[in-house]
Amino acid sequence: MNATVQTPVVAAPAVSLPPPMPAPSLGARIRPLAERVLPPLMVVLALVGLWEVVASGPGATLPPPSKVWTDAHDLIVDPFFDRGGLDKGLFWHLLASLQRVAVGFVLSAIVGIAVGLLIGTSKLAMRGLDPIFQVLRTVPPLAWLPLSLAAFREAQPSAIFVIFITSVWPIIINTAVGVRNVPQDYRNVAAVIRLRGPAYWVRIILPAAAPYIFTGLRIGVGLSWLAIIAAEMLIGGVGIGFFIWDAWNSSNLSDIIVALTYVGLVGFALDRAMALVGHLVTRGTATV
Amino acid sequence: MATQPFLDISDVTVAFGRSRVPVLNGIDLKVARGEYVSVIGHSGCGKSTLLNVVAGLLPASGGGVVLDGKEVSDPGPDRAVVFQNHSLLPWLTCYENIRLAVDQTLSRTMSRKERDVWTLENLALVRMTHAKDKRPGEISGGMKQRIGIGRALAMKPKVLLLDEPFGALDALTRAHLQDQVMQIHAELGTTVMMITHDVDEAVLLSDRIVMLTNGPNARIGEILEVDLPRPRDRLALVADPRFIAARAAVLEFLHHRHAAPGLAAA
Repeated sequence: MNATVQTPVVAAPAVSLPPPMPAPSLGARIRPLAERVLPPLMVVLALVGLWEVVASGPGATLPPPSKVWTDAHDLIVDPFFDRGGLDKGLFWHLLASLQRVAVGFVLSAIVGIAVGLLIGTSKLAMRGLDPIFQVLRTVPPLAWLPLSLAAFREAQPSAIFVIFITSVWPIIINTAVGVRNVPQDYRNVAAVIRLRGPAYWVRIILPAAAPYIFTGLRIGVGLSWLAIIAAEMLIGGVGIGFFIWDAWNSSNLSDIIVALTYVGLVGFALDRAMALVGHLVTRGTATV
Repeated sequence: MATQPFLDISDVTVAFGRSRVPVLNGIDLKVARGEYVSVIGHSGCGKSTLLNVVAGLLPASGGGVVLDGKEVSDPGPDRAVVFQNHSLLPWLTCYENIRLAVDQTLSRTMSRKERDVWTLENLALVRMTHAKDKRPGEISGGMKQRIGIGRALAMKPKVLLLDEPFGALDALTRAHLQDQVMQIHAELGTTVMMITHDVDEAVLLSDRIVMLTNGPNARIGEILEVDLPRPRDRLALVADPRFIAARAAVLEFLHHRHAAPGLAAA
């Protein structure tokens, strides 16, 4: 042995490690994925097949999937075209709708959490505001639109207001419930270590109520998406809601079906995204 | 003037709401510095109520508590509480749970670096260094309680208040933690007031056992001095006549003279 060779210093593990697990075969790795993906895929295929059969009959009023594919081929394969005016790909319509939702939803999140914290903390505020909220939250989104148009006199802010007023209630109510349900144990801990004022809110109340708040935000973002489609049908302009209405007016049933599919997928993505944000922000204390 | 007791609970009475019968009636207890005192009694007798009064979490309707010459009026880190259900904040790691208490109570006397070292030291004291970056949801009940004890000790309390700290644990984990608490008590000389309903636990750990009569209107029925030498070894004690006598005395009090109200009626 050469004297210059250094023996590497390695911390010896106290317990000998178990032999490495044999690498799972390809089949074993794909299996769990397949188990989750295959059932919904098969159901979708079965439904599309059923639809094809039912809608191909002589008296059918709706187009079968094969006709949707040929009619709306351009719309499906290229969502990004822009021929000016309202003749745009679905991506642009969805983007316009999402922008409205983003503005309205951020506003309602800010206001909803703030008001929720207030009525979750103050009995007086709850007694004063809760009955009013319980009545207002049952008003359907579209019923606000005429008033909103009268007040703002413009389509864009009116649509944003409708989103705001639709999604703010679940955020308020869930935040308030979350604050009221902060366990007495956490409050006792805060009392013993003399955590008070803003630090008490930031370090105890908000994180403890966060799972509830994110439940509210998730319901809120879903409602926003429901409201914007309906509102856009009435206010016009670029947006997926108006696209659907426009397609109906020109009897493009295939376009409507394609648009509905996109609306569903985007709504699903919004819900998942909100759940993921909640999971990350609450460090796993909110369920996905 | 006679020397004041370290912790002086004098004539504490607690009544809730408009109830005319108080939960606790005229509790008088003096605890010396470094003493380990247990309060035992049937469930519902107001043991935890007494601890909450000492902690300052609950105001006494009458009487008062003086700790080291200062009257207790609100909760504070000089009376750190280990809660029955650990009460760790689930969104913080074990380290962060202790660090929050350290930052909050010792930031005036310690630098940032010192607080970090002190937090790690307390994690080591309760032998939880290995789980410092885990969240409470990822560790066992016994480990959570150890973090709870570590958090309480990290506040450098004058008196450590234990509210049935081992009640929710299995027998083996409980024994293990009792040994650790005994060891920490011997090392640090902390004054401890522990609420328990476990007779063996009370005899094993305490210098004195305070027995409460049944509530409502609970009073101190009897105080038993446990003059077993320390350090105590649970295996050796099993056959020790003094241990057996002390255990018998507490059992006699709890099950003969002050049987649980529900059972006495049956």
